[in-house]
Amino acid sequence: MSRARGDEEEYWHSSKFRAFTFDDEDDELSQLKESKRAVNSLRDIVDDDDDDLERVSWSGEPVGSISWSIKETSSSSTSSLEGRDSSLQKGSSSYAAFPKQVSSYSLSSLFKGRNKLPSFQSLSDALSDTGVKNYAPELRRPKAEYKDYSSDWSPKDTVRRMQRGKICSLERFRSLQDKLVLLDEAVAGHDGNVITAVLIFLKRTLRREILFRELEVRQVALCHLIHFLKETGEQKLLLDLLRFLDRTEEVALSQYREHLNIQDVEKRREFLKGCIGLPFSAEDTSHIQDHYTLLERQIIIEANDRHLESAGQSEIFRKYPRKASILNMPLVTTLFYSCFYHYTEAEGTFSSPTNLKKTFKIPDKQYVLTALAARAKLRAWDDVDALFTTKNWLGYTKKKAPIGFHRVVEILQRNNAPVQVLQEYVRLVEDVETRLNLATKYKCHDVVIETYRDLKDRIQLTAYKCKVERGSADEEKINSILNNMQIRWKN
Amino acid sequence: MAFAGRRDAPEAPDFGILKRLARDQLIYLLEQLPGKKDLFIEADLMSPLDRIANVSILKQHEVDKLYKVESRPAPSSSDQFCFLVRPRIRTMRYIADIVNADKMSGRSRKYKIIFSPQKFYACEMVLEEEGVFGDVTCDEWSFYLLPLDEDIISMELPEFFRDYFLEGDHRWINSIARALQLLNSLYGPFGKVYGIGRCAKMSYELWRDLEEESEGDSQGRKPEIGNIFLMDRDTDYVTALCSQVVYEGLVDDTFRIKCGSVDFGPDVTSSDKSIKVLLNAQDKVFSQIRNEHFSSVFGFLSQKSRNLQAQYDRRRGMDIKQMKNFVSQELKGLKQEHRLLSLHIGACESIMKKKTKQDFQEMIKAEHSLLEGFDIRESTSFIEEHIDRQVSPTESLRLMCLLSLTENGLVPKDYRSLKTQYLQSYGPEHLLTFHNLKRMGLLTEQSAGETLTAVESKVSKLVTDRAAGKITDAFNSLARKSNFRAISKKLGLIPRVDGEYDLKMPRDMAYVFSGAYVPLSCKIIEQVRPPIGVPPPCVSPCAPASFQGVRWGPSPRAGAPAGPEPELLPRPPGAGAPGLAGPGGGGAAAQRQRVLSLRQRRGGQPRLGVPARRPRRLPGGLHLLRDGGSAVPGEGARVQVHLPDHGHHQQRPHDGGHHRGQGVRPGRGPQTPRQ
Repeated sequence: MSRARGDEEEYWHSSKFRAFTFDDEDDELSQLKESKRAVNSLRDIVDDDDDDLERVSWSGEPVGSISWSIKETSSSSTSSLEGRDSSLQKGSSSYAAFPKQVSSYSLSSLFKGRNKLPSFQSLSDALSDTGVKNYAPELRRPKAEYKDYSSDWSPKDTVRRMQRGKICSLERFRSLQDKLVLLDEAVAGHDGNVITAVLIFLKRTLRREILFRELEVRQVALCHLIHFLKETGEQKLLLDLLRFLDRTEEVALSQYREHLNIQDVEKRREFLKGCIGLPFSAEDTSHIQDHYTLLERQIIIEANDRHLESAGQSEIFRKYPRKASILNMPLVTTLFYSCFYHYTEAEGTFSSPTNLKKTFKIPDKQYVLTALAARAKLRAWDDVDALFTTKNWLGYTKKKAPIGFHRVVEILQRNNAPVQVLQEYVRLVEDVETRLNLATKYKCHDVVIETYRDLKDRIQLTAYKCKVERGSADEEKINSILNNMQIRWKN
Repeated sequence: MAFAGRRDAPEAPDFGILKRLARDQLIYLLEQLPGKKDLFIEADLMSPLDRIANVSILKQHEVDKLYKVESRPAPSSSDQFCFLVRPRIRTMRYIADIVNADKMSGRSRKYKIIFSPQKFYACEMVLEEEGVFGDVTCDEWSFYLLPLDEDIISMELPEFFRDYFLEGDHRWINSIARALQLLNSLYGPFGKVYGIGRCAKMSYELWRDLEEESEGDSQGRKPEIGNIFLMDRDTDYVTALCSQVVYEGLVDDTFRIKCGSVDFGPDVTSSDKSIKVLLNAQDKVFSQIRNEHFSSVFGFLSQKSRNLQAQYDRRRGMDIKQMKNFVSQELKGLKQEHRLLSLHIGACESIMKKKTKQDFQEMIKAEHSLLEGFDIRESTSFIEEHIDRQVSPTESLRLMCLLSLTENGLVPKDYRSLKTQYLQSYGPEHLLTFHNLKRMGLLTEQSAGETLTAVESKVSKLVTDRAAGKITDAFNSLARKSNFRAISKKLGLIPRVDGEYDLKMPRDMAYVFSGAYVPLSCKIIEQVRPPIGVPPPCVSPCAPASFQGVRWGPSPRAGAPAGPEPELLPRPPGAGAPGLAGPGGGGAAAQRQRVLSLRQRRGGQPRLGVPARRPRRLPGGLHLLRDGGSAVPGEGARVQVHLPDHGHHQQRPHDGGHHRGQGVRPGRGPQTPRQ
């Protein structure tokens, strides 16, 4: 059971998590600023000359570090090298005819007697090719290892050898049963690298239906094949496999994923259109539909606005030139954009905020937050006002918001709203403590004074007098309240 | 520094050997290609490489020019190319393209590929398919472990998390086993090995298998590592998802510590350039504040800067000789300290700024509610608002995952609505992200029957939405017992605190999360090796005291609803060698596996290797999502979608700037911050 309300309150008000707050007006921050000043004042003494202490830990790109010098090469070499390179290439073409094998193959590889059949140039050949190792022998490799290049390792030994990076031919596993025993041994050996190697071999030597059928009952191996196909980009085989397994949702997602590789927006839009029919869950189908519709809208808006902007007729575009295109942006960003540039448009146009809201069923909360941010950014305080004003059936106006007014205040404040605007919303914050905090923080004196008055807190009100300007209307107001005999102060 | 005052803890082993070994092997491999050569390095190998070698070492071994492996083939006149790469298919294609282009133009060169830490058969297959097998030579650079600090060793395998936990690929288990083998041969033999999770078990088995062949050389040595703990990351995602409040954690969450170092941007350095700083025990300022609660850091820094001021002021009354002494002996140290101080102060400021903007306080409150399991409705609407305001895509996901893990999945209605709003705020392609998170069990939906009882559905028809929500909460907590709740209750992961939780003198490891949660790994190690004088809390008596070898607890995901870990972890007899925890199989927070000895600094009562009060969270929680979850739009591990989770990454549509780099990538869309 969850705790009773009272308990919770007590919990949060108990000091457990109050030891420290991230409010910026903290003592701690001022302490920090002070330390910063102190340290900075030393800077001129310290930052004089020698950077000889500068070592790896210091310099941003420590001189002599590898990342540093790579940056150096990439910036300096490109242009100068190109010229040199082409000339060199001409010169070098004469010896290009040399068979490369001569230079890179060691004698030992000739010893082994490589198979002469060209068709044998396969993976299994690769795996059994000791030559690879020979021309770069590793430190601790005993010579004895090479002598037992034979083909009669048991499946288990084959797997063990492969786990250790040794060479093993898989070609002799020809019967289906042998292949499957080998695969099961690989899985039992826990080394994914070997599992994948065996799968590559099976994929090459088995008809896909048979491979799929056998993998269906071998989940670990199946994961490896799927991952391998994803990595190598064998999309068609992957989709066949997923279809065989009846994983229709994955089929759909896997196809949908491809849109990320399509750069051209028109093509992407077409592709997304095709995705709508894929076997997604009902919920996801509507997301895909929305994705398509959004991009379609963005293409229209983009074309239109680019034209408007270049024509230079529209004031808003002249005043706040667009720095990026709206293509492929999330819906909320698009909404922000449309609240910024197209706020007053009629619902009929594609770029109007109300149209977006309707088409995509944007919840009130999200809409208000976005519109508020956009209008506040433009300092269109009347629009902000209208956003929260509702009329009831008697014609009275009232301020209402689907989000907390403290949130409204925060957004307005970040956009440097004037105190007059700010305090109107601070006043609407329901929770008294939050209201007082915000009002004090943003110097909405009226609200602070009135709240203390309503709380009948004479002490706090008196104390607040020193926060307002001497001789100001605010001070007068405090004085008149303090002198008001009608108020029954609680202290 | 970190070990000062730890009178009960033995010296940490000399992990520098690992670096020397790696360096020597690299040099050996470079010498296999005699003569001048150009070296192409994979981007994510550069930082680790920087930690063990530098340009002059490479130059000594005839490396001429250095290039980054990237899509654009570099023009070069060298006759020999050497590629230092991860075993990745796309890198193989990149190399094959270079070789084939050379072939086409009749250019003859030697090519060598050095794989780190090992070669995969699939890579060779690609080389063969591309027709360059035989034109290139291949080698392995067994660079398995990189010491990041005195007490942390990392495998630096960024793709491990995604490969194993999302794709179910076991390709890195061999590397983990070999890393264990290396540790064992250098610092072993290990005492006992404990483990939780499937990956841990497989790694252990493969390691034993490898050991069997090379047994013998570690006999008769004094072991420097006591016990090994292997834990899968998925046994405790919660740790990776909570907000940290110690300095190092905040630096990680804010700037992201990579390979033990961090890039401090211009806002921190108060200049126009970024500075890369190595964060470890050698940094005298950092080492003193890294594990402190953020609030204590300010006091420390201001004390430090006052001291520094005083030290400088001493110059005033000096005569020439004293001055000479001062300059030759002290000035250097003071300057160093000054730089460190101003950097860390800058970092603090930047953290404060960002956290204030993000409603950090409210976020922590929401996190705590989720962990404690009440006020779920309020936390859900906090998350909703977070999403609606486009505060940060990663943070939003993080909170949703935390909600899902602590509640055993989201109520279907909430799941749908949060998902829809997320897609609207951050882009529809995150459909793929959600699918991946679901597959990993990080963000799931409760199945309908589980939560909706007949009574409840009737009730919700009668009352308003909000009230219905509350009732749903109540019914839910009655109807099912969440897995997380069971485990955390059993192990006491959520400390019960009467009165104030003193963050400056914390009494348990939960202080890293401001008293809300004790990381499971720490708790388990503590259970196995309880502090002397403290009876082990809930180790089941059925565990045989003389147990040898390993015991495995199933990972919570695979296992029964109630977390049976404590029963399965035997209590070792007697004290023995210090505990050194290796979440080797764990895929620690997606980034790397760390072998870490949990530090403790309290003098007082002797605790043998118990991670008493300075737990280090396995690296940053957010990155778990960033690399695991959100890297989703895009294929394979290729797309590192660096979701802009910092305020200053956010852009408005009209101030653009999101064309940094390669233009708009999925998941990097500009935001509409609510200013």
